[in-house]
Amino acid sequence: MKTLFDKVWDAHVVERIENGPEILYIDQHLIHEVTSPQAFNELAERDIPLFRPKQVIATADHNTPTLNQHLPVQDVLSRKQLQQLSENCQKHDIALYELGHEHNGIVHVMAPELGITQPGMTLVCGDSHTSTHGAFGAIAFGIGTSQVAQVFASQCLLLQKPKSMRITVNGSLKPGVLPKDVILYIISEIGTDAGTGYFCEYAGSVFEKMSMEGRMTVCNMSIEMGARGGIIAPDATTFAYVKGRKFAPTGDDFDNKVSYWKTLASDPEAIFDKEYTFDAEDIAPMITYGTNPGMGIKLSETIPMKKDASFQKSLAYMNLEAGSRLIDHPINYVFIGSCTNSRIEDFRVAAAYVAGKQKAPNVTAWLVPGSKQVEAQIEEEGLRQVFEDAGFQLRQPGCSACLAMNDDKIPQGEYCVSTSNRNFEGRQGQGARTLLASPLVAAATAIEGKIVDITKQYN
Amino acid sequence: MEKLVRITDTAVPLDIENVDTDQIIPARFLKATDKNGFGDNLFRDWRFQKDGSLNSAFVLNDPAYQGNILVAGNNFGCGSSREHAAWALVGYGFRVVISSFFADIFKGNALNNGLLPVQVSPEFLAALLQRITATPDTKITIDLEAQTLSVADHSAVTTFNIDPYKKTCLLHGYDDIDFLLSKKNAIEAFEQQRTYV
Ligand code: SF4
Repeated sequence: MKTLFDKVWDAHVVERIENGPEILYIDQHLIHEVTSPQAFNELAERDIPLFRPKQVIATADHNTPTLNQHLPVQDVLSRKQLQQLSENCQKHDIALYELGHEHNGIVHVMAPELGITQPGMTLVCGDSHTSTHGAFGAIAFGIGTSQVAQVFASQCLLLQKPKSMRITVNGSLKPGVLPKDVILYIISEIGTDAGTGYFCEYAGSVFEKMSMEGRMTVCNMSIEMGARGGIIAPDATTFAYVKGRKFAPTGDDFDNKVSYWKTLASDPEAIFDKEYTFDAEDIAPMITYGTNPGMGIKLSETIPMKKDASFQKSLAYMNLEAGSRLIDHPINYVFIGSCTNSRIEDFRVAAAYVAGKQKAPNVTAWLVPGSKQVEAQIEEEGLRQVFEDAGFQLRQPGCSACLAMNDDKIPQGEYCVSTSNRNFEGRQGQGARTLLASPLVAAATAIEGKIVDITKQYN
Repeated sequence: MEKLVRITDTAVPLDIENVDTDQIIPARFLKATDKNGFGDNLFRDWRFQKDGSLNSAFVLNDPAYQGNILVAGNNFGCGSSREHAAWALVGYGFRVVISSFFADIFKGNALNNGLLPVQVSPEFLAALLQRITATPDTKITIDLEAQTLSVADHSAVTTFNIDPYKKTCLLHGYDDIDFLLSKKNAIEAFEQQRTYV
């Protein structure tokens, strides 16, 4: 009896080393400018050719400006890093979607929308949120730069098979509760290290009913509970999403693959090393108050009281008080973007809320699409006008204020309600204070200029 | 990769839990395209004040605490997959990090760069942190061959686990690429008979 994860993993094992790791074959390798240069250097220094260039695809996303992308990049170091990516890709014959290219975007947004990500495959990238692609029933996980070099050299990795865990959520989500709330709720319940050493399957009617984009949001944050990755059984929703995309299989090939993909779901009697079960009715719109993604509460709740030093340090950084509520807390920055929530559905949700309203005067609201394709969809669906009328600033695709490597930084001491995935100290800029939430909560915050309980509007 | 067999040194106590990779090396320092120089920015925002001056309250800046062993709170290295975190620790001069828990990706990155993560029980860690904080010249010995950690002439000893394959790599100073390249034939054969595509 095998789990979904077992089936995909076992199909990719080249060899098991006695008393050691397994050699796992990698189908698809995605790279970006920040974690690849040292791996390319490694190849050069050791005089090793790139083994399977056709299985590598590159994009520029982490270190790119989100304004004036048609002009040369201003920051010298960033420009150099991007240049090096272009040179390396050229030298090794790797497809590169550089800045401005119609396929450019955040690696975890562009690959699924191009049909590069497919069920049953193994996919890696030098970025921890590679877990996103697990939404397709693929084994996808982040790797370090040494491992990037290993995949360059051999299309394989040496790995210990992780343990298996399953999170089941059944029932119907209440109005205003988005996939982001589901994963923030789960992490707040089980903690940021509950998944360490595990690969996590999400199951139950909530995920079965969820769109592919929602599933990506959930799998994206698997790493935030310590898991190497998340995975969801491919089903009709998955196949319909993949079909017709640029790199998706076509004709008979597609049908044959679907027949195979249908066999991947966990066997009913499969045993997981660890299981959690939640009830959809218990989930409400969430927000974080601390400096790790597990420090989340429902909008209507108060910040818990805890004595330990890490907790206190975290609240001191956030300048928030234990026992207090976040409702009505003034907010000056709102960021809707990142590989967690920068897909078209996220902007539709935000636009639907924002339409006909005005952002509060104190708020700077940045909208950063995850890819050129999402940007084009925003344009086509007329959402740009909605956002601009409301006073939001629509920028160009990239990671942007999610990690603040470029100029998109939240100023020292300011609060930002962000749809990204990490609220670590300084993540969005030195001294910046991040509160993670769904695109709906973020949009409402921008309109009100403070945190509001959106659930009131749904009752 | 540098060999690591046995190390005896004093240690630096970093009594903070959930130290994430954004703290170990903030994102704004990730623009470099080689592996050098990251040590200078290790724990940048804790080591330095906003104006660039040294934060004397931070333990790495306390001259009492020296050595190439870092002892840190639970769940060290969580967050992003940036290997720069391992390069920063190695660049600064650390060879061993002791904690009661390590994030997966960080652990792998550390081992790939000759930095040994030693996982001990929460109780052992608490006692160790207390001891080295109070007595900074306490010597710690890590014996990779025997997989033991002993404190000041064996007054406290514990064993630790390490993947046997990774252990061999560290003891001999060779890495995964060398190994994978030696498996080229098996990999090519696998590609020929892949059953899942
Ligand atoms: S958007 Fe943020 S989390 Fe996603 S890949 Fe970019 S930096 Fe990483």
